[in-house]
Amino acid sequence: MAKHKATATATKKSDVRPAPAVTAVEMGARQREISVSEFFTKNRHLLGFDNPRKALLTCVKEAVDNALDACEEAGILPDVTVQLEVVAVGSSPLLPASQATRFRVTVADNGPGIVRQQIPKIFAKLLYGSKFHRLRMSRGQQGIGISAAGMYGQLTTGKPVKIISRTGPKTSAHYFEVQIDTKKNEPLVHENKQIEWDQPRGTQVAIEVEGRYQKGRASVDEYLEQTSIANPHVRLTYRTPEGETKEYPRAYHELPPSPKEIKPHPYGIEFGMLLKMLQDAKSHTLSEFLASDFCRVTPALADEMCKAAKVSPKAKPRDIRGAIAETLYHTIQATKIMAPPTNCLSPIGEKAILSGLYRQIKGEFYTAVSRPPSVYRGNPFIIEAGLAFGKAPDSAAKPEKPSQPLAEGEEEEGDSELARVIRYANRVPLLYQQSSCATFKAVLATTWRNYGISQSRGALPAGPMVIFVHIASVWVPFTSESKEAIAEYDEIHKDITLALRECGRRLGLFLRRRERAASEFRRRNIFELYIEEVVEACNRLKGGKLSTEKLKAQLQKIASTKTGGIKTDETLGKTGAGPEGLPHSIIVTAEGVDGAVPSLPEGSHVIAPQTDVSGEIHKEVKKPSTKQGRKQPAKKAVGKQAKINPITVPSIATKGGSSQKQAGKVRKGSKVHLTGKKK
Amino acid sequence: MPKTKITKNGVVERKLIGLADLVITAAQKAKDPTMAIPIRALSNVSFNERKGLLEMGDKKQSRSFFNVGMAKKFMQTILVADALSELQRAELTTSLREIYYRTKHTIQDSHENTFDTQDESDPIIEDLEVSLTALREELHVRAENGGSVVGPLVLGDDGDRVDCAKLGKGGYSVPSIVEPEYVEIRRCTADFVLLVEKGTQWNRLSEDKFWRRYNCVLLTGNGQPPRGVRRLARRLHEEYKLPVYVLVDNDPWGYYIYSVVKQGSINLAFESQRMAIPKAKFIGLSSADPERYELPRNVGIKLNEKDIARAKELLNYQWFQKPAWQAEIKRMLASGLKYELDALANKDFQYLTKKYLPRKLKEKDWLD
Repeated sequence: MAKHKATATATKKSDVRPAPAVTAVEMGARQREISVSEFFTKNRHLLGFDNPRKALLTCVKEAVDNALDACEEAGILPDVTVQLEVVAVGSSPLLPASQATRFRVTVADNGPGIVRQQIPKIFAKLLYGSKFHRLRMSRGQQGIGISAAGMYGQLTTGKPVKIISRTGPKTSAHYFEVQIDTKKNEPLVHENKQIEWDQPRGTQVAIEVEGRYQKGRASVDEYLEQTSIANPHVRLTYRTPEGETKEYPRAYHELPPSPKEIKPHPYGIEFGMLLKMLQDAKSHTLSEFLASDFCRVTPALADEMCKAAKVSPKAKPRDIRGAIAETLYHTIQATKIMAPPTNCLSPIGEKAILSGLYRQIKGEFYTAVSRPPSVYRGNPFIIEAGLAFGKAPDSAAKPEKPSQPLAEGEEEEGDSELARVIRYANRVPLLYQQSSCATFKAVLATTWRNYGISQSRGALPAGPMVIFVHIASVWVPFTSESKEAIAEYDEIHKDITLALRECGRRLGLFLRRRERAASEFRRRNIFELYIEEVVEACNRLKGGKLSTEKLKAQLQKIASTKTGGIKTDETLGKTGAGPEGLPHSIIVTAEGVDGAVPSLPEGSHVIAPQTDVSGEIHKEVKKPSTKQGRKQPAKKAVGKQAKINPITVPSIATKGGSSQKQAGKVRKGSKVHLTGKKK
Repeated sequence: MPKTKITKNGVVERKLIGLADLVITAAQKAKDPTMAIPIRALSNVSFNERKGLLEMGDKKQSRSFFNVGMAKKFMQTILVADALSELQRAELTTSLREIYYRTKHTIQDSHENTFDTQDESDPIIEDLEVSLTALREELHVRAENGGSVVGPLVLGDDGDRVDCAKLGKGGYSVPSIVEPEYVEIRRCTADFVLLVEKGTQWNRLSEDKFWRRYNCVLLTGNGQPPRGVRRLARRLHEEYKLPVYVLVDNDPWGYYIYSVVKQGSINLAFESQRMAIPKAKFIGLSSADPERYELPRNVGIKLNEKDIARAKELLNYQWFQKPAWQAEIKRMLASGLKYELDALANKDFQYLTKKYLPRKLKEKDWLD
C-alpha cells in the first residue's frame, strides 16, 4: 500500500515537469507505514461515512450496536436511549433539525459498563475490540465501528468523544473525553474524572458530528424502528432532534439465548489461516492441534486426516509448512466433517419476529419462519424470514374516500405500491445497498405470483407488504466494511429463498381463504346494488305503477339463496360484528400462533396498534410443525391461541363455524397464557 | 331534435316494457330473471345463396341477473331499455352517445358507475335491436350523419324539399335514418347509383359533375358506409330499380366494404333484409385494373401481413366463392400489391372521371 502511494506521487510529479527521474533512494525516503486511522480518515466511505446524512445514521448505529451487544452478553435486558440534538456551529443561531449541519448523538444503555482502563481504547482506537478474534454471533465484528464514529466526529467538528460509564451501583461513574491520535492509532485522553451519575449501571457515549437529519428511507428513524422490530426484547427510547420522544416498548421479555463461542470449522479455513494457526498452536502434536483448535474434529478424525495426508500425527504443528501443509490443507477440505455446532447462533425466533412485526407494522397478516441452521464456508448461519401483509384494519374498514363518481378514463388509484424489504444481519438493520444484497436478490427471485401476489419481471412483489429477512451468523459475509449488504453465497441464497417461499405459501393460503369469503360478499354486494337499479328502471318502464318494495324483496330473496345465504353471513362474520363485512381478523399461521404476538404481559402502557379491533380471530388450524420441537410443549399449547384482546371478544369467526365454542376457548387460553407469562 | 311521425310507437314501447315484465314475472316465481339475446358473430351467421344475403341464425345467449358475470350487463340492459322507452314516450330521437350519458350515473351507496364508457352501452343497444327485433330507427336511435349524396334526386326531409342536383359540390348529408317516415324520395331520374368508398374520390366526381354527364346518383359513406347510406342506396335500388355500382380501393378492406353493401355485415346480419343489395356490382378498383389501365407498379402499396391475412379470410367466406372473385383476390395476393383509388391521379387528376369510369361503364367491366 505504502509503496503504491509513493509511486503515485512520483508519477504525478513527473507529469508536471519531465524532471530528472527519482532514484530508488529518494523514493525509499518517502516510503513509510500508514496507520489504519490515517487510512480510514481518507477512506471514510468504507466505514459508512460517505455523506452527512449517512454519517449521522452510522454513528447512531455503531453506538446502538455496541450497547445492545454489551447488554446481551452481560445478560441484561437492554434499555437504550438514543438522543439527537442540534448543535450550533460557532456563534450562529440554532437551526431547525432539517437544516442543521451539526448534531450531538448520545446513546445510553443499562449495560454492564466498561472498566476504566479500557474506555479510551474502546472509543479511540481503531480495530480494538473483543469480537474480532472469536467466532460468536454479535452485531459488531471488527472493532472499528464506534471508534470510527468518534474519529469522524473529531474530523468534522474537532470535538472529543464523551463517555460516562459505570459498572455497578457500588462503584462510581467515570467521565472521559477522548480523541484518537490518527498517526499512531492510539487514544488521547483529554479528560478523566469521577462524576455523579443517576444511572446505577451502564454506558453513555456522546459524539458531536457533522450530519444531516432527514426522515424517510435509510434515516435514523427508520433504523431505530427496524431495530425495534428485530429486537423486541429491547426497550428503546428515541429523542428526535425535533424534540419528540418516541418509545419502543419491550414486547418480548426474554433475552435471546446467549450465543456460544465456537472454534473455527475446518471447512471455513483458508490455507494461509491454517499456516498461521499451525505456527500459533499451543498443542504439541498435530493431531492434538487439529482436535483442539477446530470444532467437529475428534482425535480419531484428526489421526485419520493425518494419515490421509501422509503426515505423522505426532509431528509438531510448527514444523508443518510448505508442501506438506498444503497437502494437509487439501486433505482436511476433502475429509467429511460434521457441520459446525449451531449453538453459537442466536436466532430471533419466530415468536419474537412476529411480536416485532405486529407491534411496528400495521397489517392483517403476519408470519415468520426460522430456518434450521446451515453452513457456508464452515460458518454456521440461520436464516429467518417474516412477512407482514395488508393495511391496518382500521384504515381498511373505512371507505377510502367519499363516494365520488369517476369520469370516463379516470381510474381508481390502485395499490401499486411495492413491497418493502427490511434486512437484518445479526439483528442489525441494513439500510443501504439494498439491490446488491443477497436477501433482496432472493426476494426478487421468489415467484410471488404463485402466492397470489402480483410481481412484474425483475421487480419487487406489489402490495401492502413488508418482507423481513434476517441472517444470523458467527461471521456475516458483508460485501464491504460498512456492512451494508450481504454477499451472495449459494448456501445463503438457497436458505433465504426457502424461508421466503414458506412465508409466501402461508400468505397465499391466507389470501385465498380471505378471497373466498370476500368474493361471496362481493357477489352479494353487487346483486344488492344492482337490484336497486333494476327495480327503479322497471318501475319507470311500467310507468311508475310498480310496487317497488315488493319486487325488491322478491329479488333480494333470490339473491340471498344464490349466494349461500346465512352461511356466507357466517364466513363473513356478519352475524355479530360490525356492519362492514370483513372482520378485522388477525391471522396467524401455525408457527405464528405461538401467542407471543399481542399478549404483552405488561400490556397496560403498550401502544396497541389495533385498539378498536373487535377481536375477530381467524385461526388457522394447521398441523404444528415439528421443527419447533425445541420449544416447551406446555407453553406452546397455551400459546397456540391467537389474537388476545381479552376485553372485547364478541364473536370469533372460524373456518369451521363453531364460533362460540372457539371464543370461549380462546378467552380462557389467553388468560392462562397471561398468568403463565407472568411468573 | 326532429319530432317523429311513426305510428309503430306502441309496438316498440310494448316490447321494451316486456323486459320489465320479464323481471317481475321471474321475481314472482322466485326464478333468476333471464333474457335470451341472439348472438351477433360469424358463428351465428349464414349466407343464403338463393337470396344472396347474410342471415342471422337462431343461436342465443342467455343473460341472467343473478350471475356474477352477467349481473352488471343485465342491469345495464334494463337501464338502456328504460332510456329507450323514455324516447318512445317523448317521441324523440337521439344518438348512441346521448343514450350513454342518459343512463350513466353512480349506483347508490357505491363508487360504481352504471356505465364507464360508451363501449359498454353501444353493444347493449345492438343487443336490444336484435332481441326485440326492432330496428335502430324504431328505437329512435340515430348514428352520425356519415355520408353525402349528389345527383338528380329530390328528397323530402322534415317537409323541406331537397334537390340533390342543386346542392353544389358538397351535396346532401345523408341522415342516419332514411326510412320513408323520415326521408321521402320524391323524384329520381338517375340511371344508376355509384357508391364510392372514399370521400376524396366522391369529391373529385362531384366537382367534375360526373353525375350530370352520366346521369347517376353519387353516394359516399366515407369508408365503411353507415346505415343511412346503405339504406338510401337500397331504397333507390328497390324503389327506382337503379343498378348500384360500388367503387372502392383495391385492397381486402375495399372488397369487404363491397360485400357489406351487397350481402350485409356479420355484426348486423339481422339488418341485411332491409340493407343488403344483392345485385350490387363491384366496379373497381379491381386487381386486374393496374394492368388494363397501365398503372405503373410504383403507385402500388405492398400488402402488409394484416392485408394478407384478411384477404385469405375473404377467400374462405362463402359469399366470395364465385370463381371470378377467387381469381380477383388471388390476383391481388399474387401481385403482392394494393392500389388506392387516389393512385389513378398518377396519370391525370381527372383520370377517374374522364377515362377510368367511362371506360368501365362502357365495357361493363364489373364483378358481381
